[in-house]
Amino acid sequence: MLTLLLILIPIICSGLLFIAGKNLARPLAIAGALIELIVAFVALNAHMNGHLDALTLDMPWINSPGIRFHISADGISMLMILLTSILMPLIVYGSFNKSYDNAHYLYALMFLMQGAIIGSFVALDAFLFYLFWEIALIPIYFIILIWGGENRQKITFKFFLYTLFGSLFMLLAMIYVYLQTPERSFDVHAMYQAGRQMDVIEQAWVMAAIFLAFAIKMPIVPFHTWQPSTYFTAPTPGVMLLSGVISKMATYGMIRWIVPMVPAGLENYGYILITISVISILYASFVSIVQKDFKYLIAYASIAHMGLIAAGIVAANTQSLQGSLIEMLSHGINTIGLFFVYDIIYLRTGTSEMKKLGGIRAIDSSFAFLFFIIVLSVVALPFTNGFVGEFLLIVGLFQDQPVAASFAGLSIILGVVYMFRSFQAMMLGETNSLTINLPKLNIQEKTILVVVVVMIIAFGVYPKMILSITEGSIQNLLQGIQ
Amino acid sequence: MKELLLISGLGVLSLFSGLINFRKGFLIIVVLGLLANIGLSIADWNGNENVYGKDMLLMDNFALAFNSIFSLLAILWFLSSKKYFDNDNNFSDHFALVLFSLCGGLLLVSFTNTAMLFLGIEILSIPLFVLVGSDKTRLSSNEAAFKYFLLGAFATAFLLFGIALIYGATGSFNIQVIADKFSGGQISPMALSGMILMMVGMSFKVSVAPFHFWAPDVYQGAPTNITALMATVVKTVAFAAFYRLFSHAFINMQFEYKVLFSIAAALTLLIANITAAVQENVKRMLAYSSISHAGFMMIALLCMGSGTSGILLYYTLVYSLSSIAAFTILEIVQANSNGDESISSFKGLSKRSPLMAVVATFAMLSMSGIPPLSGFFAKYLVFTAAVENGYMWLAVVGIIASLIAVYYYFKLIIAMFGQSSESAPIEVGVLQKMVLIVCAIALVALAIFPSTVIGIMG
Repeated sequence: MLTLLLILIPIICSGLLFIAGKNLARPLAIAGALIELIVAFVALNAHMNGHLDALTLDMPWINSPGIRFHISADGISMLMILLTSILMPLIVYGSFNKSYDNAHYLYALMFLMQGAIIGSFVALDAFLFYLFWEIALIPIYFIILIWGGENRQKITFKFFLYTLFGSLFMLLAMIYVYLQTPERSFDVHAMYQAGRQMDVIEQAWVMAAIFLAFAIKMPIVPFHTWQPSTYFTAPTPGVMLLSGVISKMATYGMIRWIVPMVPAGLENYGYILITISVISILYASFVSIVQKDFKYLIAYASIAHMGLIAAGIVAANTQSLQGSLIEMLSHGINTIGLFFVYDIIYLRTGTSEMKKLGGIRAIDSSFAFLFFIIVLSVVALPFTNGFVGEFLLIVGLFQDQPVAASFAGLSIILGVVYMFRSFQAMMLGETNSLTINLPKLNIQEKTILVVVVVMIIAFGVYPKMILSITEGSIQNLLQGIQ
Repeated sequence: MKELLLISGLGVLSLFSGLINFRKGFLIIVVLGLLANIGLSIADWNGNENVYGKDMLLMDNFALAFNSIFSLLAILWFLSSKKYFDNDNNFSDHFALVLFSLCGGLLLVSFTNTAMLFLGIEILSIPLFVLVGSDKTRLSSNEAAFKYFLLGAFATAFLLFGIALIYGATGSFNIQVIADKFSGGQISPMALSGMILMMVGMSFKVSVAPFHFWAPDVYQGAPTNITALMATVVKTVAFAAFYRLFSHAFINMQFEYKVLFSIAAALTLLIANITAAVQENVKRMLAYSSISHAGFMMIALLCMGSGTSGILLYYTLVYSLSSIAAFTILEIVQANSNGDESISSFKGLSKRSPLMAVVATFAMLSMSGIPPLSGFFAKYLVFTAAVENGYMWLAVVGIIASLIAVYYYFKLIIAMFGQSSESAPIEVGVLQKMVLIVCAIALVALAIFPSTVIGIMG
């Protein structure tokens, strides 16, 4: 029931926002996001105490094709729910520094998306997962189309078509597995069983089709071409949702719908996916280094990190899966931080081109300090959340593919190069005419950055609180495929 | 029998209403009559009544379900076309023509005799030839009517020739008897050519490639609400007839016709979608979109099995609802931009009329098959049937077609939400508003409860 509540609260909120006027938009939005957060913690409590039935709802929906409304949350889902509901208040609160036209529609679409995203995290029916996965696409499309920047029509369209392209092949693969189930059911266990009984070649094809959908959404090179321009044109709340949460739907989907469903395909052909992911990491890192614009830099850095997560999931052992989950959480938090830094700078100076900026530390040292901690976490320095994730990921990947792991390890060094370059260009150096009159951070901006930094350090120093959420579920998952 | 009497009675009544110039409120009588028709269908459920002796018409659940659906669509269509009848000197003739056309539709969904099939097709089509040309002062309307008439007559000849050959091969018009004759697996060349000729005739009526060439011109030339009628009600009954013919008479020729069907479906999907993608005229684009949906429905027909009739019913209903919404909106937009049918007339519709923009978006998303709208379930059912029957390649073609379709459906969405316009806000009439809202709600509701329609025939 709790999981149903988690889906319904944002959707109801969205409905209220559609009706409510502009004046009520902000209070309603922040209240909705906070209520969702509270319910998420109640759900977490239920999970930690082992009350699985409080989280599960399983009822028939469409009888003849064997589709059930089956939702529940294990540790993996729980972590994703937490990520979404922690980020949402930050994203909503972060959007208050700018007044958007028809803000109530913007928030309504954002909540609709949150409902769909949570739905895809808790769905234990392949069809239901696909449904939520697709529904999440529509609000973000309209968010960028209506509130986006330059050239948004073409860019959003490319984004939409790309993701739909991948999704449809996933649907086809799901239908294929569904038709192998003895009782015609999309239920997770029936799908797993049917998937595992297919021969290796079949499994590889199914794996490839599903992976295509996820690789586009994450994204991974060479399926990434929609991403940098979409991130660039999207309004800040939109890009935060895209990079912080939507990309996690893809990595979560890999854990839920590839690893346990087609283990033999993964075992025999997983190296191809790992190779693609590692190439993606290196390519995106190198491209990040030469970026002139900070927003593009974050976009490419995001590709690099998602590639590492994908490689870790394909390696599918305890460390790599734990690492990927922690990295998903920390990547979500970090990118929100980075995009918020971008937003602060862009609103004040009207540009995010790094060369034009400089010397912000001299004007506002606390801003530079908060930004620096986020940078440290992105480059995976010990005692930040980024370190725990990347360390576990590379250790786990090393057990499976040592060569790939060593190349993936390069990403940390390259990360240092591009992140420090950006920090140097914007924060250090000479103050120029653009930055000299930069207003200091206000309370709202400070609050958000401090929350982000506190989370970075808290999860970095004491990662066990995350590990304990996911531990049991990962063991279950790995036992199933051995 | 009661249903047939009711609809034709309504048609005759409307002729008389013209005589005494009873214009006001006649729409209500027609709508009530069609509602009564749905009521009769529900009352007759599981009745299996034979009409005109033993082997002419059979009111089985398939016929009653399709009868209810097309009556429902006709009601929505009548309500959305109030303006067409209001500004019409020959309103009673046009009422009568539409209602007589619906009589043909009733024959088509219930026939058990190929002669009745032929009669149904003719009764359905002849009023349409007139209606397409009903905008007498516009050249393109006349041209469309002429083209439709000539090509339609040609296609009917094919159908009739096919019926004759099948009769020659089996000695019967009864679709059950025909099926039994072929049960041994012995199929003579005469029967085969008869089947192919009938398929050609039917393909023309449902505008499946390569017999679709008439559709874009006729759809574009006809008055917009007549186009809506053809794209929804007429298409629904034509597909029902197509299914009824091939699921009974030619059920033992599956091996032969499936090859042809799969080629026709793939061709339709690719040709229609690629051509639609380059259209700038919304009406023509919707015409091609209508052809492309015929391709998806062909896949459903191809996968002939126990669930096919349910899939077809669901698909036609969902597709028709979104089409009615789309054509209604097109008509209103067109009227407010001096007859401009191009995509640019939709610019900034989200500001000019938020309701229309939202409903149009629902319709477009449903037609492109994106959840949570019911168009997605329709396509999902078709794809599942295709994969289940071993037509993986056709499912892949369908996916590619859907992606191309997204391109042109989204052109409209982008124009409505992404571009601005200086034009004045548009007022939507009460009835049209009602139709639009009903369509939008139905598109969502059918997605949440798809089993109600899919499983209705058991």
